[in-house]
Amino acid sequence: MDIFAQQLVNGLVLGSVYALVALGYTMVYGILELINFAHGEVTMFGAMIALAVISALTGTHAHLPGVLIALAGLLVAIPACMLLGYTIERVAYRPLRNAPRLAPLITAIGVSIVLQNVAMMIWGREYIPFPSILPSGHHHLFGARITDVQIAILVTALLLMLGLTLLVQRTRLGRAMRATAQSPQLAGLMGVNANAVISLTFIIGSGLAAIAGFMVSAYYGLAHYYMGFLLGLKAFTAAVLGGIGKIGGAMLGGLLLGVIESLGAGYIGDFTHGFLGSNYQDVFAFFVLIAVLIVRPSGLLGVAAGERA
Amino acid sequence: MKLKLRNGLILALSCVLLSSCNKPATNGEQVIKIGSASPLTGPQAHLGKDNANGAQLAVDEINSHGLVLGGKKVHLQLLVEDDQADPKTATTVAQKLADDDVAGVIGHLNSGATIPASKIYYDSEIPEISPSATAVAYTMQGFNTAFRVMSNDRQQGEALGRFAVDQLGAKRIAIIDDRSAYGQGLADQFEQAVKAAGGTVVAREYTTDKATDFMAILTSIKAHAPQVIFFGGMDPQAAPLARQMHELGLHAQLLGGDGMQTPLFIKLAGRDAEGAIASTPGLPVLEMPGGRAFKKKFNARYGEIQNYAPYAYDAVYVLVEAMKRAKSADPAKYLAELPKTDYQGVTGHIRFDRNGDLANSAITLYQVKSGVWQPLKTMQSTK
Repeated sequence: MDIFAQQLVNGLVLGSVYALVALGYTMVYGILELINFAHGEVTMFGAMIALAVISALTGTHAHLPGVLIALAGLLVAIPACMLLGYTIERVAYRPLRNAPRLAPLITAIGVSIVLQNVAMMIWGREYIPFPSILPSGHHHLFGARITDVQIAILVTALLLMLGLTLLVQRTRLGRAMRATAQSPQLAGLMGVNANAVISLTFIIGSGLAAIAGFMVSAYYGLAHYYMGFLLGLKAFTAAVLGGIGKIGGAMLGGLLLGVIESLGAGYIGDFTHGFLGSNYQDVFAFFVLIAVLIVRPSGLLGVAAGERA
Repeated sequence: MKLKLRNGLILALSCVLLSSCNKPATNGEQVIKIGSASPLTGPQAHLGKDNANGAQLAVDEINSHGLVLGGKKVHLQLLVEDDQADPKTATTVAQKLADDDVAGVIGHLNSGATIPASKIYYDSEIPEISPSATAVAYTMQGFNTAFRVMSNDRQQGEALGRFAVDQLGAKRIAIIDDRSAYGQGLADQFEQAVKAAGGTVVAREYTTDKATDFMAILTSIKAHAPQVIFFGGMDPQAAPLARQMHELGLHAQLLGGDGMQTPLFIKLAGRDAEGAIASTPGLPVLEMPGGRAFKKKFNARYGEIQNYAPYAYDAVYVLVEAMKRAKSADPAKYLAELPKTDYQGVTGHIRFDRNGDLANSAITLYQVKSGVWQPLKTMQSTK
């Protein structure tokens, strides 16, 4: 087995999930300059809702193929999270649209805590297992072992990123989003309904979060009401690393963070002869983040932020 | 007038609140408060709630039988606190219990929370019995208030290390711990015992008690081709660890301590739990002297036992027995009776050594077979 190839596969799979969540952070930031700290919790809701459906179906329709049951869970979770994202924006952020920037930020943290507690009340404090219904086959690629689930995660994430890029760059809606990001007022004057665009941004981001949440729970085999916190933090880091507000940056930052974490944890012990162990995995990721921010304060793909018109 | 009305309302409200607090004290009974501290929120909430339930069961039982201390009828009240498995919160909770004048504390769940809290109980002269903290350091601080009814990591790690080398015949062993006081302590003792028994530790890796991704460290462990992978940590990490070992095609024996030997581990790891071995201090619930009866009582009220509930239950009885001998619930009087404990509990025969550790305890190894933890072997701790 090739250790390096295996670590790269581990990192890319992890990173593609980070990237999907990071997209939600970065899209909202790009348009509103708001860090939506509740985004990690939307991811968690995605996992929880999908699992609730899957558990119910495995109970009543055990004869169905596992992949079909999992897909059913996902297809319920996506619109549910979209509705959740829309509601969060409508209830918690829109009334504060013109408030000082600190107010929506604090509100975001509040929403995040509320969602965590709501999830705890609905699904309890225990870890919820993802039933073993997905195929457990594996393949060998450049000496690395890659499972069917890993392949599905990687391919789906890349397709979604491609789709989102096309949406933003090639469609009318995408143009409206870019215009709103540049200047909501001016976009409004040009006939763009800024509120509708902002709502759609939250809806798309939450849909991606639902898919990411589902992937995480399927990959690690469990879900928990607290899982959104750390995942959200990592994804936010990835968004900053790539340049927050830049869609390409979130993708690059996510994949990079996953690979850095994986290689860091795998090799740091060998490089330092056991002086630094894999317990420095997270430190390593943040060290890279700081190093990048010193050289490029607005992230890898970010452009120096000028004053907005 | 308006002001008067409001004051009256506040007065009435506070009366209601106060009376609801002291409800049991109505017919001249003295109320003795006992604290229970464990995480009721966060990733280990299921274990924390289990401890609180075990203690509550004992308290309710003692109350229903009636407790008389020094000729006075006494009513026990359990104050249940949430330490979030966090050392800082644990000290806040400990101070709150001390301020509430509890006569004793059952807790905490984690060693990481128990150790900083024990200083506060010691300073306030409140006896503390942990049902589940296993870090050696807890009873090594010279606090005469610190006890536990669970074998410590030295006893457990030592037994596990001997088991890995002598019974499993492993020569190449990899160790992972979650950097918590519990996980690290257990892994350190295990490592020492492995080396003493002639085994080789080929890799020592680390994670956290919130992690779910172990692919990176498992990949680097796989390069060292170990026969046994030992995990010092709790079930929410052990389960994804087992799954990811399988995904990487890592065919080593997974071995762990009591944090992993839970129903939740099997529930979370699914078919990948099969074959895993983990130890628990003491005997299997059904082989405990009072296990069958306890399980029945507990299941009827709270459902499945997670892990430490019988120990929390026994800890309450150990406290109350000492109070009975001292004929007082005043810690200044009954603390001296605790080291003399000689109590036949649900979990076994409880006697303390001079540190407050169990004088003798059995350690049982379990293996997952057909989706259930099956007793594999019982070992005596030789400290």
